[in-house]
Amino acid sequence: MLARQFDALLAAAESDGGIDFDGLRVVREGDGHGDDAESNDGYTFATPEHEATGLSESELHAHADGNPYVSNWYFWEREVQRHDSPRRAFLRHAEAAADHGVHERYDALADGMVTEWGQLRIEATLTDDGDGYRRYDVRHVDDADHPVEELERYDDPLDARDLSKHDDDGMYRPLKTGTNLPTGWTFHDLGWRDAVETVETLYPATVANWYREREGRLDIDHWTDTTDRQTGIYGVVSELPREAVEWVAEAACVDSQCVKRREWQYDEGDELAADGGTGAFPCREPCSLVIAAARRWTKLEEEEPREYTFHLTPSEKEQIEGVIDAVADGRVDEIREADVYEDANRYRTRYLRAKLFDDHGDLGGVPTDPDDHENHDDHDE
Amino acid sequence: MSQALVIVAHGSHLNPGSSAPTYDHADTIRAAGAFDEVRTGFWKEEPSLREVLRTCEADEVYVVPMFISEGYFTEQVIPRELRLDDWDVADWDSDGLSADVATYSAEDTGQTVHYCGPVGTHESMTDVLVRRAESVTGDPNVGEGFGFAVVGHGTERNENSAKAIEYHADRVRDMGRFEEVQALYMDEEPEVDDVTDYFTAEDVVVVPLFISDGFHTQEDIPEDMGLTDDYRTGYDVPAAVDGHRIWYAGAVGTESLMADVVLERAADAGADVSAAIESVRETTRVAPGADD
Repeated sequence: MLARQFDALLAAAESDGGIDFDGLRVVREGDGHGDDAESNDGYTFATPEHEATGLSESELHAHADGNPYVSNWYFWEREVQRHDSPRRAFLRHAEAAADHGVHERYDALADGMVTEWGQLRIEATLTDDGDGYRRYDVRHVDDADHPVEELERYDDPLDARDLSKHDDDGMYRPLKTGTNLPTGWTFHDLGWRDAVETVETLYPATVANWYREREGRLDIDHWTDTTDRQTGIYGVVSELPREAVEWVAEAACVDSQCVKRREWQYDEGDELAADGGTGAFPCREPCSLVIAAARRWTKLEEEEPREYTFHLTPSEKEQIEGVIDAVADGRVDEIREADVYEDANRYRTRYLRAKLFDDHGDLGGVPTDPDDHENHDDHDE
Repeated sequence: MSQALVIVAHGSHLNPGSSAPTYDHADTIRAAGAFDEVRTGFWKEEPSLREVLRTCEADEVYVVPMFISEGYFTEQVIPRELRLDDWDVADWDSDGLSADVATYSAEDTGQTVHYCGPVGTHESMTDVLVRRAESVTGDPNVGEGFGFAVVGHGTERNENSAKAIEYHADRVRDMGRFEEVQALYMDEEPEVDDVTDYFTAEDVVVVPLFISDGFHTQEDIPEDMGLTDDYRTGYDVPAAVDGHRIWYAGAVGTESLMADVVLERAADAGADVSAAIESVRETTRVAPGADD
């Protein structure tokens, strides 16, 4: 036990009410107020397994030394502190403190306790020297089995900004909670402050919103709340029809696209049928990416349907469906060059284009606008 | 009571470099240690303006917008998204250039928010424009024999945008440091396309009053000025155009002294940051002969 830990323990035992935390109770009795102060004088040291009273300072030291309840108390009450804060709640969550006693947790922390947070894997451990300090490893869930040496190692939480800016293919990630978090890195052997900071840098405000949800005060802004407050070029988004909002949620706000769990609905009491997902942390309103995309969809939905006539073979119809599926599911890059049994294979698709598009790029030679025959020259630049 | 600084900026869904200056200046200020927390929030990135305040534990928050002028974003979008209770643009009592601070409670977090005017209209921004000229020429004493152009978007969307350009051009002119000083615009007269018509000096430093480098500063302006036919092939600094040497500086917002303007805004709003201002001015200075 560190000297400062015992000094803090003594000071807390003397204070009003002493210590009562995570099963540890330490209090200085006989402070002169009782009738029989002499006989009760001394410290009480109690844990769920053991209780000793009337202890001298040196006896208290002997009980406290190497006791996990003491180092646990010091870590939470003198290091992390900040009761009722999101970061403390998150760190307690990372070792399931609400469900397990100190001995159980220390045993589990010795092997590492893992929390999944979106695509993050956060592992909490204890330092080897018995002082109760927690250390944390933050990495992509897919890198769980990689030794630290095989991963690119970072120490500064702010480095998470750059490393999460692009996905593994080098494409810019406009949505931090998109399901394309890059792999191959680790923030290893972090203290508790940096652990929370790293998580919050990779997934901003998720700890704060998760905490608010736990406390029953998540401030959800539904679709109508969010679109009604838009102005400028986004003012039109509130005109998107109710049924189209379903398609927005299904397109953008499901587990395959975003690790947040959609809690917003069309309106209070008017739920969307789309699956909100199973994410660890909530999404409390349509994000800027959804609003920007919805602006485009609002414009597109202003068009009236028209009837077009195309002649397709059954396989061609299915191929068009297959191409749309492949793009929508992000599978295009996985399709092998010579796999001509895949609808979205490049050669298959080029063949379809060669067969069905006319010189103007119109499917089946059918112009998009019936009046467009004469205007085709405009397209040819 | 702890105090936090929140720098708010536009950000981008498409351009990964948009947020870089905001991050850089936040890091400079964080290192100076004046605030318990320094956070960034974005209209188009995360944390969103809507949720940035809840990422701060501090009870007292200074919000500084990384925007060039007073207008739609500073007057409508940011206050609305931050949920500043009873925000009224009249509280800034501004003539379009003079917004300094107005204080509100945030509806969702209860924090006291000192909402500052944008960086672009602060008087210390003039120093950053000049510093940008020093950076791009590598000469901390640049001025003699040089013309200086400040470039803005123009009034197409916001009349205050041109006011900010004129304001700084006047202030640079009043320094008497450069031979000639001219405000130029992308979408109105006097146009940046004709930059060489407005200067007799052979050397001209051109500084766009933009927050971050992107489409306008990296593609439009270099091509409009004739620095290059195709922005993708890059351009020389200086570049020879019509018998002049054009020292094109890129967005002023990327200059490291911008961190000082952010701090000045917070200081004007009552934050105790004087030591940090000294430190930032010192650490962001241009060394003589520095190569940018």
